[in-house]
Amino acid sequence: MSSPSPAPLPAPSHAARNSGPAFILKKAVLSALVALVLFSLMIGVRTEAGPEGLLIYWTRFGELAAIVAAVFGGSIVIELLRQWIGPVGAAGLIPAWLKDLMDFAGRWLTPALLVFTFLIPVIFYDQRYILDLAILVLTYVMLGWGLNVVVGLAGLLDLGYVAFYAVGAYSYALLATNFGLSFWICLPLAGILAAFWGVLLGFPVLRLRGDYLAIVTLAFGEIIRLVLINWQSLTGGPNGVTGIPRPTFFGIPLTPGDDGLAAMLGIEFSPTHRVVFLFYLILALALLTNWVTIRLRRLPIGRAWEALREDEVACRALGINITTTKLTAFATGALFGGFAGAFFATRQGFISPESFTFHESALVLAIVVLGGMGSQLGVALAALAMIGGFELFRGLDQYRMLVFGFAMVLLMIWRPRGLVGHRAPTVFLEKNQAISSDLVKEGHG
Amino acid sequence: MSEHILAVDRLSMRFGGIVAVNELSFSAERRKITALIGPNGAGKTTVFNCITGFYKPTSGAIRLTHDDGTTIALERLNDFRISKQAKVARTFQNIRLFPGMTALENLMVAQHNALMRASGLTFLGLIGAPSWRQAEARAIDLSTFWLKRIGLLERADDAAGNLPYGDQRRLEIARAMCTEPALLCLDEPAAGLNARESGALSELLLSIRGEQGTSILLIEHDMSVVMEISDHVVVMDYGVKIAEGTPQHVRDDPKVIAAYLGADEQEAIAVMESET
Repeated sequence: MSSPSPAPLPAPSHAARNSGPAFILKKAVLSALVALVLFSLMIGVRTEAGPEGLLIYWTRFGELAAIVAAVFGGSIVIELLRQWIGPVGAAGLIPAWLKDLMDFAGRWLTPALLVFTFLIPVIFYDQRYILDLAILVLTYVMLGWGLNVVVGLAGLLDLGYVAFYAVGAYSYALLATNFGLSFWICLPLAGILAAFWGVLLGFPVLRLRGDYLAIVTLAFGEIIRLVLINWQSLTGGPNGVTGIPRPTFFGIPLTPGDDGLAAMLGIEFSPTHRVVFLFYLILALALLTNWVTIRLRRLPIGRAWEALREDEVACRALGINITTTKLTAFATGALFGGFAGAFFATRQGFISPESFTFHESALVLAIVVLGGMGSQLGVALAALAMIGGFELFRGLDQYRMLVFGFAMVLLMIWRPRGLVGHRAPTVFLEKNQAISSDLVKEGHG
Repeated sequence: MSEHILAVDRLSMRFGGIVAVNELSFSAERRKITALIGPNGAGKTTVFNCITGFYKPTSGAIRLTHDDGTTIALERLNDFRISKQAKVARTFQNIRLFPGMTALENLMVAQHNALMRASGLTFLGLIGAPSWRQAEARAIDLSTFWLKRIGLLERADDAAGNLPYGDQRRLEIARAMCTEPALLCLDEPAAGLNARESGALSELLLSIRGEQGTSILLIEHDMSVVMEISDHVVVMDYGVKIAEGTPQHVRDDPKVIAAYLGADEQEAIAVMESET
């Protein structure tokens, strides 16, 4: 429902009320209280199994007091910093010259990234680790772009996206191992099967919105995983499917044998050839996803998805069939998830239900949200940050998750609507101007 | 060909024990502006929601007769089919634009069904077929036409949520018109407009009736608008029709005055007599 009032003004009275020392102290005490409750059991009491299996415990009130005091002090420091910086908002934090630089970077970022991505196998030919990481990042870019159709464009919160990834992977694995079909035949089949399951998921959730939709999609993801574990005769259960055929260069295997691609081209065989081939394969698939999504946004179906995210009731009044609109969004998202799954299976050569846990769904969703819902560039950057960044912190061992979580919290404070929060219009008469994220709805179903 | 585009026959709508609309019958003439008025809570919006498929009436019939004589039972259609097949468009009491989309995009979304056909259910559009490109250009032309009509051509590329309130109201009417309706239902189009804006709205509605030949059914509280543009007025109170006729006729009806003043009929007659 659109509000008739003009854009809310920054309320000076609100800022004034929330600046006194009393307010800062109150906030710090509250934070300290929360910390006390949280850490009293986590840090205050330490338990261990004794030599005879008895539970022994001792208290650590000193450490607990230190933590609570740190939270108290930290809260005051943060509040003072916040007031020192002024009203919260990216505008105040970024000086003008930096903004110009960012605008310049924003214009050239996409082509530069694309060129760099194309050159990765050339630059890092000898570094297998980087090539593997790049393939992993691209897989998640593709998954993010696929889920972006459902979550970012249509505004349907899908927590079970990994189900379609799994359907795609198992479709390829089973079709290839049982019937000996080649990758290039299985790829579209895997996508179609995943899209079919997307429609199947779509039907029961048509009338659900928001939290309820999220729960059902979450359950759907788990159902698929449990079926894969328990249907031993078909899927091999927890043992997974082994010996999945590697992809061929349109029928020419990438093997050291005489009929391999290397022998045909008359060059020396190297295992890196296959990695490079896989890299360009996933790059092509990801770019296909991107191209189709960009095209779809400018077609009536894409506009209907976005309109659905903005206001479902208005869509119905305009004669838009909500049912097919939602189902096509689910199916399109699932189709790309299926493609990515088939690629995952052929790359790994082995798949098991372990690869398709809720963690994957959450990761892909985090990529979409972090990137800015609906933004293609944002999702790509977020995938790079989430997957590549996670690898960067590998040296920190057990603190990796902590540092990573902290970085994400900071990012969401700085850019609550994701890296690229604004929305680009799909059609324009004169000027192609971005729409502020304040106006764009997140969707509610 | 029937003179009436819309005939509502003994329409009733109950929510549990509450009777929102009780055995209401009225009709709207073709290429005329029919106003549905009444005090707050009289059931006007419920009637609208029944006509436009948002509610399923408890009983009664709603018949829409197109120019070519085909008659459609609106109470049997649901949801989006009212707009798609019956060609009935509506606006909302509290504006429901797509705030994060531009004014132009809002009008393009309204042409969804026509564009869907032209894009070959997306597939022709995906490969950029020339027929699709032409259809898209035509759709942009139609949108431009309506933006010009409502004086928002300069703001075509601005987000709808950024437009002033009065512009949003007009944009919502233009969006409804982009579905090329036979019957346009407006739920309080003048609410929150100042005198100058409601004057412009009256002109717009009269020109829609005159130039596009679209029949209009409107709910309105702003009596100056109702009296100025309506050809026929239906007055409701407590879910029933209490009066019907020309604006002049309705204005002088003691029952109507009583309903609006919240007094009973005798008192209203007394008030009228004391005035004259």
